[in-house]
Amino acid sequence: MIDKEQLKEFVLRLGDDSLVLGHRLSQWSSNGPFLEEDLALTNVALDYVGRARMFYGYTAEIAADGSTEDSYAYNRDCRDFTNLLIHELPRGDFAFTMARQYLVDEFSLAYMKRLKLSRDKTLAAIAEKAYKEDLYHLRRSTSWILRLGDGTTQSHDRLQNAIDDLWGYTTELFEMDELDQEMSKADVGVDVASLQPEWIRQVTATLSDATLTVPANDWVVTGGRKGIHTEALGHMLSDMQFLQRAYPGQQW
Amino acid sequence: MSEEVKSEQEVLFQKRIDAEEKIEPKDWMPEKYRQTLIRQMSQHAHSEVIGMQPEGNWLTRAPTLHRKCILLAKVQDEGGHGLYLYSAAETLGISRDELVKALHDGVAKYASIFNYPALTWADIGAIGWLVDGAAIVNQISLQRTSYGPYARSMVRICKEESFHQRQGYQIMVTLSQGSHEQKAMAQDALDRFWWPSLMMFGPHDAESAHSAQSMKWKIKRQSNDQLRQKFIDQSVKQADVIGLKIPDPALKWNADRGHYDIGAIDWSEFARVIKGDGPCNRQRLQHHNRVHAEGAWVRDAVAAYEAKHKQRSTRAA
Repeated sequence: MIDKEQLKEFVLRLGDDSLVLGHRLSQWSSNGPFLEEDLALTNVALDYVGRARMFYGYTAEIAADGSTEDSYAYNRDCRDFTNLLIHELPRGDFAFTMARQYLVDEFSLAYMKRLKLSRDKTLAAIAEKAYKEDLYHLRRSTSWILRLGDGTTQSHDRLQNAIDDLWGYTTELFEMDELDQEMSKADVGVDVASLQPEWIRQVTATLSDATLTVPANDWVVTGGRKGIHTEALGHMLSDMQFLQRAYPGQQW
Repeated sequence: MSEEVKSEQEVLFQKRIDAEEKIEPKDWMPEKYRQTLIRQMSQHAHSEVIGMQPEGNWLTRAPTLHRKCILLAKVQDEGGHGLYLYSAAETLGISRDELVKALHDGVAKYASIFNYPALTWADIGAIGWLVDGAAIVNQISLQRTSYGPYARSMVRICKEESFHQRQGYQIMVTLSQGSHEQKAMAQDALDRFWWPSLMMFGPHDAESAHSAQSMKWKIKRQSNDQLRQKFIDQSVKQADVIGLKIPDPALKWNADRGHYDIGAIDWSEFARVIKGDGPCNRQRLQHHNRVHAEGAWVRDAVAAYEAKHKQRSTRAA
């Protein structure tokens, strides 16, 4: 049996993953390589921030302590955030953003497909919506991997560098800590370790179509679920939380 | 083409305009009509796109997740407006690349209001309330403009802008009901954005360089001063409702005219900012230039990929 605290922590993790990535994507607004792509990136950012609101709203409902979705986004420090590290890495250039998005989309689509079957009805409903979004996110990011990988020498090299720089953060996607195991056993969460072989197969196929090389597994950084982050997260939070910290307790 | 035939065409053209017929892309039109529209529509498109910058400046700092989503959607809409307007301008036989180049070269302008900085969260409220509010007054009038594609794009844009204006005003309402600091923040934003918003309607009718011909061609349907007055009358009431003070000691209801009278607009400031000497002119253009240059390799990659695949599919066939 899982208890309320465990469920809350589990949902909060998913909220953190969504918010942190949504925030990074939102940094592309008025910075896209052309106007259509600027709008598309903002759209994906909106999907992720929307997901964060649903997960945080549910967290607040489970906590039933007067907290709101904003309490989780704006009133916690770096060590309290439990997102997977890949989501928080600075947006980088367009190749880095699309490489990350593709790697995350392949994972997220498989994850949401399982989470739709969760015994927790709220999680299943959020996953239902997220799964539909992921279908088009993945279609979009895959096509960018192909175009950049098999485009010019410069785009190929930029994308290969981005994949290389991201690769060591992908292992964490499939890590199962005690909470994940409990949630998976209770048919509420997802056995992420079991998603890894298919993810590797898909990613390898796409990268090879895009004339890219799958990096060797010679470095791994993890720790997000324990609140051990990259230094970039603190800066993101100081930007994001500025108003709530400078004028505490106000309505906006 | 002889002078006589051309003038016959022009007479016919003016007749169609007078009969409230819409001019469509393939119809004959005087070269100056085409040029005026390209200038006005591209300026409008550039304004939408440059306007994403001051608001985008607050996307990562929006104070709640709800506000963040609304602002993201709003900035995205503005980019979308830029897209329709570039496309509508392209029906006049000019490409988006040429229009963007004119912006980078400083030949094409954008609304001067976006050369002012968005310093506080209340500025996001003021921009939505006043800047979008002023834009809507102008754009409602443009729904009846004589060029079909421009008129139709205005119909859709107006719908979205009215949502933008409401979200801006809503921010001001919330702040004006908040703490002392929040009220001060709202008043300060109004103080800084009021006069530049009035300048958005352009010079007084007597001094407006392009107005007379544009009115005759029904590109413009109402004069700068008429539109400005409409905006002043509606905004004074809105400020009053939320307890904010319009920063104009000369502001007074004129019962004879049935309108508010205002103090003198500082046209030297307007001229200065248009000339490029406003607080953010340099940053706005440099940002647009930099992003355009940074995106070049992506656009090149798309073109290279498409070329390769076209070649491959031709070979396969």
